[in-house]
Amino acid sequence: MVFSRFERPYEDNPAPRHALSVENVSLRFGGVKALSDVSLDVQPREIFAIIGPNGAGKTSLLNCICGLYHPQEGRILYGDVNLVQTPPHRLAHLGIARAFQNIELFTHMTVQDNLMLGRHIHMKKNILDALLYWGRGQREEIEHRRFVEHVIDLLEIQHIRKQLVGSLAYGLQKRVELGRALCINPGLILLDEPMAGMNVEEKKDIVRYVLDINEEWGVTIVLIEHDMGVVMDISDRVAVLDFGILIGLGTPDEVRNNPTVIQAYLGEEGG
Amino acid sequence: MTTNTKTETLKPSIVEKIVAWVRANVLLCIVLVVLLGVMIAMLRQAFSSGSEMQKFIRLTYAGLTDGSLLALIALGLVLVYKSTDVINFAHGEFMVIGGFVGYQLLVWLSPNMNAPLAVILAVVGMVIAAVLFGILLERFVLRPMIGEPVISVIMVTIGLSNVIAAIVGLVWGNNAQRLPIEALPNNLFNESGRFEIPFEGARRPLFLGHENLMLIAVVMLVTIALLIFFQRSKHGIAMRATADDQQAAMSMGISIRVVFAFAWSLAAITAALAGLMIGETSIGVSAQDIPVVGLRAFPVIILGGLDSITGAIVGGLIIGLVETYTGGYIDPSLKEIAPYILLLIVLMIRPYGLFGQEIIERV
Repeated sequence: MVFSRFERPYEDNPAPRHALSVENVSLRFGGVKALSDVSLDVQPREIFAIIGPNGAGKTSLLNCICGLYHPQEGRILYGDVNLVQTPPHRLAHLGIARAFQNIELFTHMTVQDNLMLGRHIHMKKNILDALLYWGRGQREEIEHRRFVEHVIDLLEIQHIRKQLVGSLAYGLQKRVELGRALCINPGLILLDEPMAGMNVEEKKDIVRYVLDINEEWGVTIVLIEHDMGVVMDISDRVAVLDFGILIGLGTPDEVRNNPTVIQAYLGEEGG
Repeated sequence: MTTNTKTETLKPSIVEKIVAWVRANVLLCIVLVVLLGVMIAMLRQAFSSGSEMQKFIRLTYAGLTDGSLLALIALGLVLVYKSTDVINFAHGEFMVIGGFVGYQLLVWLSPNMNAPLAVILAVVGMVIAAVLFGILLERFVLRPMIGEPVISVIMVTIGLSNVIAAIVGLVWGNNAQRLPIEALPNNLFNESGRFEIPFEGARRPLFLGHENLMLIAVVMLVTIALLIFFQRSKHGIAMRATADDQQAAMSMGISIRVVFAFAWSLAAITAALAGLMIGETSIGVSAQDIPVVGLRAFPVIILGGLDSITGAIVGGLIIGLVETYTGGYIDPSLKEIAPYILLLIVLMIRPYGLFGQEIIERV
């Protein structure tokens, strides 16, 4: 089977796309309130941006969704699963993928192997299949390789397929991490500053990939980003955090004209 | 025509490649030449007379046996390091407790059934015990340490070694025990239990024990199984991924707890097998002496590379051979330090060990 560049390869069941709703979440580290009473909801197939000054609690919120942090109050529902009580490794099984702010790739493996690890939850082969490589194990491996190849095509990283990730340039590593998240075949992707430290050209590329993934694959996207131009351009809705408090939520235009937001954030930057 | 000349200039000839490699690895080449010289000298001496040949074969056989045992111990250390980045200082005690469990099972089973069945059942029981041990270890010792620096976990393994030693002392006492029956069959091919090879000019024929052969076979089997597991199966790759980056592994849907329990169980299984095999030798099942053998595996993993299964095997065999050759040809008292001299030389040339993964740092 040959895929067009944008067609999502549906060999395994695509993860169902649920709405994500954060309900009254509060997170404290000792006396520091990282998040206080944050509520927001992300609709399926939406591009949802979370913005805010440094230390506003954006990554903490993402970590709560991922189950890495446990908020003291509130709940986070994905479909009807409460993510607060879900161990981090179950997230991938629910169809939620994540790319980290500081790249967390398997630096000792090649790009291809990194992407294959994204297929981990879809692999059935056990030790016996591995021993008898021919047969079921091999067929399965070919299917996963085909999926990976498709993601490689989509992100245009054919030329670095066999290279060790640790030796790649920063921009390419970010792209590989996005690719690995895609290999989970997720319904929701959490992107933590996917364009940080990139030049204009690289940013353009990432924006294009994010839009492709959202439109062609129908994946819901939650992203944290500092580049206001990009955020206002591609997001359907934007949430603004400041000191752990949600101070604005709405379409880019609504947020841009929200006086609290202007005062807290945009005002200082744009004047 | 033009394209032809172009490819010729781009692709260096084999000679050029070799010259470039030698230039890049001058030190390694010197060491290789010296090693080659030593080997030629050894072989010349071996072929000089029948008794010398006999000595050479005897030493090689003993070295391979010793090396296999070291390799099996090193495997356990490598497994843990590979998937958790921790150097397990309690591995010697894992061997002790494994060996004693095997010993106890043999004591219970051997009066009631014939020897091979008792040994098989004892080994199966030992493996089950090792898996349980790994799971308990993960739950009560390692899980509270998740998120702590690796060095803290290493310190915990040192404490663990003392705790296990004390428990073994309480249950089985501090004396070395002999296995009630031979765990490795010693009469595989004939009744006497050894190969006898007569040599011209030698006073006695050469004796080679069967159990050594069995030991080498066991190590080879375990290694091949582990290599396939790590290369091919889903779980082996999950373990490699966890060692590389725990957070990323979690986001790929890998349960770190399961991986840890699995890695420590595998290490406990190899340790128990090694413990039982040491119990078979003149050392016996001893809480004092088995960990000493375990210490000898540290130069092996550093020589072979901390995270390489192949490295553990090759390193184990090399160190086993170097020890026996040094003891046999130079001086028995040098036997203990020969591996460390070799280690120093190898580390000067390859700081990550023979098969270790080079760590790429981008600054």
